[in-house]
Amino acid sequence: MKFKAMTAVAALLLSVPAMTLADPDEDSLVINGELEVVTETAAPAHLSDALDTIYSGWRFREDETQALQADDFDNPGMVFADLGLDQWNKVEGEAGKSCASCHGTPEESMKGVRAVYPKWNETAGEVRTLAMQINGCRTENMKAEPYKYTSGEMTNMEALISVQSRGMPVDVAIDGPVQATWEAGKEMYYTRFGQLELSCANCHEDNYGNMIRADHLSQGQINGFPTYRLKNAKLNQVHDRFKGCIRDTRGHTFDPGSPEFVALELYVASRGNGLSVEGPSVRN
Amino acid sequence: MDFTRRDTLALGMGAVALTVLPFRANAAADDAIAAFTGGAAMADTGVTLTAPEIAENGNTVPIAVEAEGAVAIMVLAAGNPTPGVATFTFGELAGAHSASTRIRLAGTQDVIAIAQMADGSFAKASSNVKVTIGGCGG
Amino acid sequence: MAEGVKPRVKAPSKAAAGEAVVLKTLISHQMESGQRKNADGTPIPRSIINRFTCEFNGKSVIDIKMEPAISTNPYFEFEAVIPEAGDLKFTWYDDDGSVYEDVKSVAIG
Repeated sequence: MKFKAMTAVAALLLSVPAMTLADPDEDSLVINGELEVVTETAAPAHLSDALDTIYSGWRFREDETQALQADDFDNPGMVFADLGLDQWNKVEGEAGKSCASCHGTPEESMKGVRAVYPKWNETAGEVRTLAMQINGCRTENMKAEPYKYTSGEMTNMEALISVQSRGMPVDVAIDGPVQATWEAGKEMYYTRFGQLELSCANCHEDNYGNMIRADHLSQGQINGFPTYRLKNAKLNQVHDRFKGCIRDTRGHTFDPGSPEFVALELYVASRGNGLSVEGPSVRN
Repeated sequence: MDFTRRDTLALGMGAVALTVLPFRANAAADDAIAAFTGGAAMADTGVTLTAPEIAENGNTVPIAVEAEGAVAIMVLAAGNPTPGVATFTFGELAGAHSASTRIRLAGTQDVIAIAQMADGSFAKASSNVKVTIGGCGG
Repeated sequence: MAEGVKPRVKAPSKAAAGEAVVLKTLISHQMESGQRKNADGTPIPRSIINRFTCEFNGKSVIDIKMEPAISTNPYFEFEAVIPEAGDLKFTWYDDDGSVYEDVKSVAIG
């Protein structure tokens, strides 16, 4: 350990808040010994003036946490995909159907789906997140009660569907009918919120790789959602995380499912275009 | 200047503005050890405890224990409100006498593993795990 | 049986006679430690899985006494020796009296 150099620098450090540089590590993720996951790639064109390279949040975690994603039986999020499969096969609603009735097995019908959400729904005339589409199917086709947006049942279903796109590149459209929503999401990303007046970009674009107290800041990519957080030992959705982040700026936050978060999710997803879908991932 | 958290911690825990939860120790851990060993002496080799130096999150900390030829291994968290974590008893069809699990740690503390060997002797290993407060928990 | 409690076990479908195999087990369970408090300050009572066992053809592989410090969604990785074809039986015992089970068959080959 380079003590002499560090003690000299320590005097300097004492006078400034403890910001230490700890870039994303060099590890690579292969799941179950066979599925290669892209955790680093060139930033998409629309980000060219902000970032050169985009990294999955996986690259910013400790080795022990990263190891939890390498095997589907180490990954605690996968048991929730199993529960999602039980729900998939369960008949619910007045139409007497389960998801399986129309969609067969998730492997057959859901491949590639997660990778392109949020996306435009022509019939509904709106941008839909995966959760909105799941509830759309439940209410319109199954004539069943919608899942509560951030419920365990919704998250289990998102996990099941995400697994079917694992390893595939995130590829959300940003033009055409979604453009206005995308622009709104982009504006929100760079807007400062709360008493602390922090925008998403302040941490996740300007300071990724740095430490905020004892947390290693990532780029805030959402390719790994829904994510199993060690902190609450359960799967978490994107909108829940957005809500937590804004609450941490000591600001009044938006609700999961709100148009603001739908727009933000579309924009943030597009910042990860090219990274592999990783969900359900494991984070801290 | 390439600082990792480990380097910064080594510089001086109190000096740098890190939020590391205070070190916790618990007399109940000693009672639990005495109950398990009957007060017998413990060798300092024979059981391996693997735990991270810094826990990414105290709610879910991966650990592993191994003791060749052990009948049982008891794991304690000396700084938790109650120190008991788990006791692994190996049956006749156990492969390697080892086990991995994930545990909760309330703060920076020693995690202790005590192995009871087939000949009735005991071995002890301990590992200090630092538990930090995240920056932006959400 | 509590809602949403589901085991997830990784075990090989076959092994050589006498081979030691790695087993991974997880079960979705809150493991309410008894340390948390409600919004009004009253403690939430402890409700955990307190014991996990694995047996092969009725013989013990491992027996784990579990305390509240085991994380939510308890996970264990350990090894079993497979002397002959048979069944691995995994059992979790809940404070509330529920017992959860999973069985994996192992062939010799």
